[in-house]
Amino acid sequence: MSDPATMSAAVVGSDAASGALSGPRGPKPRRRFSRRNVFIYGTLIVVALYYLLPLYVMIVTSLKGMPEIRLGNIFAPPVEVTFQPWVKAWSEACTGLNCDGLSRGFWNSVRITVPSVLLSIAIASVNGYALANWRFKGADAFFTILIFGAFIPYQVMLYPIVILLREMGIYGTLGGLVMVHSIFGMPILTLLFRNYFTSLPEELFKAARVDGAGFWQIYLQIMLPMSLPIFVVAMILQVTGIWNDFLFGVVYTKPDLYPMTVQLNNIVNSVQGVKEYNVNMAATLLTGLVPLVIYFVSGKLFVRGIAAGAVKG
Amino acid sequence: MDPSISIKNLKLSFGAVEVLHDLNLDIGKGEFLVLLGSSGCGKSTLLNCIAGLLDVTDGQIHIGGQNVTWEEPSKRGIGMVFQSYALYPQMTVEGNLAFGLKNAKIPKPEIKERIARAAKTLQMEPLLKRKPAALSGGQRQRVAIGRALVRDVDVFLFDEPLSNLDAKLRADLRVEIKQLHQTLGNTMIYVTHDQIEAMTLADRIAIMRGGSILQLDTPKEIYNRPATKYVAEFIGSPTMNFLDGRIEGGAAPRFTSDVASFDLAGYEFTPQGPQAGDAWFGIRPEHIIVGPEAAHSPFQLEGQVELVEPLGSDTLARVTSGGQRLWVRMDGQADITPGQTLPLGLTPALANIFDKTTEARL
Amino acid sequence: MAATRPNRLFRNLTAKIAAIPMILTALVVFVGGTVWTVTYSFTSSKLLPKTKFVGLDQYERLWNTPRWLVSIENLLIYGICMMVLSLVIGFVLAALLDQKIRYENTFRTILLYPFALSFIVTGLVWQWLLNPDFGIQSVIQRLGWQSFDFDPLYNADIVIYGVLIAGLWQGSGLVMCLMLAGLRGIDQEIWKASRVDGIPAWKTYIFIVIPMMRPVFITTLVIIASGIVRLYDLIVAQTGGGPGIASDVPAKYVYDYMFQGQNLGQGFAASTMMLLAVLVIVVPWAYLEFGGKKRV
Repeated sequence: MSDPATMSAAVVGSDAASGALSGPRGPKPRRRFSRRNVFIYGTLIVVALYYLLPLYVMIVTSLKGMPEIRLGNIFAPPVEVTFQPWVKAWSEACTGLNCDGLSRGFWNSVRITVPSVLLSIAIASVNGYALANWRFKGADAFFTILIFGAFIPYQVMLYPIVILLREMGIYGTLGGLVMVHSIFGMPILTLLFRNYFTSLPEELFKAARVDGAGFWQIYLQIMLPMSLPIFVVAMILQVTGIWNDFLFGVVYTKPDLYPMTVQLNNIVNSVQGVKEYNVNMAATLLTGLVPLVIYFVSGKLFVRGIAAGAVKG
Repeated sequence: MDPSISIKNLKLSFGAVEVLHDLNLDIGKGEFLVLLGSSGCGKSTLLNCIAGLLDVTDGQIHIGGQNVTWEEPSKRGIGMVFQSYALYPQMTVEGNLAFGLKNAKIPKPEIKERIARAAKTLQMEPLLKRKPAALSGGQRQRVAIGRALVRDVDVFLFDEPLSNLDAKLRADLRVEIKQLHQTLGNTMIYVTHDQIEAMTLADRIAIMRGGSILQLDTPKEIYNRPATKYVAEFIGSPTMNFLDGRIEGGAAPRFTSDVASFDLAGYEFTPQGPQAGDAWFGIRPEHIIVGPEAAHSPFQLEGQVELVEPLGSDTLARVTSGGQRLWVRMDGQADITPGQTLPLGLTPALANIFDKTTEARL
Repeated sequence: MAATRPNRLFRNLTAKIAAIPMILTALVVFVGGTVWTVTYSFTSSKLLPKTKFVGLDQYERLWNTPRWLVSIENLLIYGICMMVLSLVIGFVLAALLDQKIRYENTFRTILLYPFALSFIVTGLVWQWLLNPDFGIQSVIQRLGWQSFDFDPLYNADIVIYGVLIAGLWQGSGLVMCLMLAGLRGIDQEIWKASRVDGIPAWKTYIFIVIPMMRPVFITTLVIIASGIVRLYDLIVAQTGGGPGIASDVPAKYVYDYMFQGQNLGQGFAASTMMLLAVLVIVVPWAYLEFGGKKRV
């Protein structure tokens, strides 16, 4: 960078002053490996490696055979790569009740997550829209209760909901669990949508009303098409949140309907038999795969979701 | 006289984009220089380079005879005032003024004395114990100026200091800044996009566009003899009128348009002299004589009033003449109505003519 | 005019109908459920809820149960360490990422990915990493440091710190993200002003930036704290509450008494205590944050 400087001085030599520049000029010289940079990047790299370590160990363990695990160290890459643990985790691992692997839990989780996500987003987006644009008396009070509800420990409401679901005849069914997820997703999603709809120009809504559009017309034809990003954010938030749920799954469903997380825990922490660490890690990875893929694919939107959804804890 | 600040062959690039192009600028001791331009012209960037908040790509910056190109901002002998005030919110006004000084290990009694002096100059003694949140916008900006003042430096840099204030306060504080400059006699560099601030405050104005300085001159010169059509349009409100036409003839040059043709006796050409070709004839609204007195002007036109804007002190009117639109400025009491036909008088000596391709003044 | 004006109840009727799920959730589940649980915590419900009121008996028993006391102690240790460490780690990482560094996105992505994983996955990975026979301990011992002893999951005295390690790994990325957003919200001109004033960066952080970020810190603390009170999945997966009851926490106590111990009254009383703990955190915060303003 400093070499062409002498040249450029000659090029602009027509300017009387330029030929005689002496002393410091141009950018302040900085060493690439200044102490500051070494400290910043050094710390970040070490920390990043530490954060990556568990993922790495999961992967290498799941690709080893049991003899190799017993002899070697957990950080060593597999000498002989085997996919057997993955196959076993997916289709043969035992939970103590049955031995058809995680696949059952996976499909249960899919059957829980898909309707829960759709239903909770549908409800919350309409709620948020009603709160943002059609303020009615008492709306703010209900909303405040709803937000406070997000902080109430789930344990306080676990049993009343059991009674509620039992009365409705859906305790222990997927439908019941879907309802529970929709209820507990409501505070944060409503907040998310309300804040988003409030940020849209109000004139748009007023103009549509002057044009004679009603509640649903404005929602479907004006608000929805403008809100795609926030729907994606809500979706990411809900898919990861519901997929990762353990407590509701274990409380509100029966063993053959357990979601993947519950089943995973039962496989790994079941006391019978010899522990197969490689199968356990393959099962753990399999369960973590869905949220991880969503995370790595969605990038910034995920960050936006957690900033809004952090209340969920 | 030695310049207080000189900028030599300054270049700045962000990646492959050069945002400041080989700037040279000398600012005299005690001078009030305004960097004026629309947003993105590089004026704030240049100020940040002078302050040392941005690393330059090439060239040098000298302040007070020292080459400070590689120096930290705090060692450059500058004080700076920001658009957002940038006060430290959880400290009192006093704390804000003292923080930098304490950090520089200046003895306590002296800090006290400097704060007292600054508070007196800016008339903010009653505010010293308050926190910024309890101050109005104008008071905050005064504190921000105070923070620059206590540093006891020769050079003040202002980065759009009044842009966050409402119109009335802006006018008041503008006067205070001018007063401050007259009292202290420091060198000041002031960045703004507001032509009124520039015209009222500056000893010299540097008009910037696209990372270059288009014209550097006194407000009067810039107003009367803008170097380019862009400068002419930027300064003055309503903007200068431009008649579309061409220059003809060598010894006795004439300007010819659809509306009129007149010789340019009395017009001061640049040293290059007149050049034949397409050109703009620029004339400010107040230099068009309206009404019976127009007869005394070298050239007359007729215009039909389209629109009238009474401002109280002045009256502005938009007139058309042969398909060309002109704004004229008249006395506030002028009594005209749309549709009316008015005689207009032009004086080439007061005009500015710009080449149509280079847009430079002829 | 006045005669044709519709009944107030029917104004915005569609909006009101659309808000019914929200109203029901707020009133029936959140308010109703909470009131129900608190009420039944004063009964002697065992296998099924019944309305035989016994005053504060359940609470007296609760606070005389060693397992509950262990749970509370664990929660306090975990909670305090988690809050302090995740704030410190999160802030330092955010400050490092805020230095206009290269590969910022890559670093951020790596630091945050554990947050996408469930507590179950987190707990199981760390259970494996902390396995005394194959995990970190054995690797270091085999490297030659024979006396190295780090076995939190089988040592009742330090088991909660083993959980803490996993909790920090999972949660500090979130704090980092919130802090980074807070740092980015600081007016850049503040940094310029402090440079012109000649204040070193670390001093600017401590005396200017951190005090300016007070609301961010408080909100983050509330978020971390309300997550800590709920700590359950991680314990279940990583230690199962063991060894013995050494890593028990209130949420697990509640679950076990409600759904396995068939002692509903105890479960209700314990969950009411959890609610109380959350109220102690959230109410002052809500008062500070929203006290003056009406909006939530």
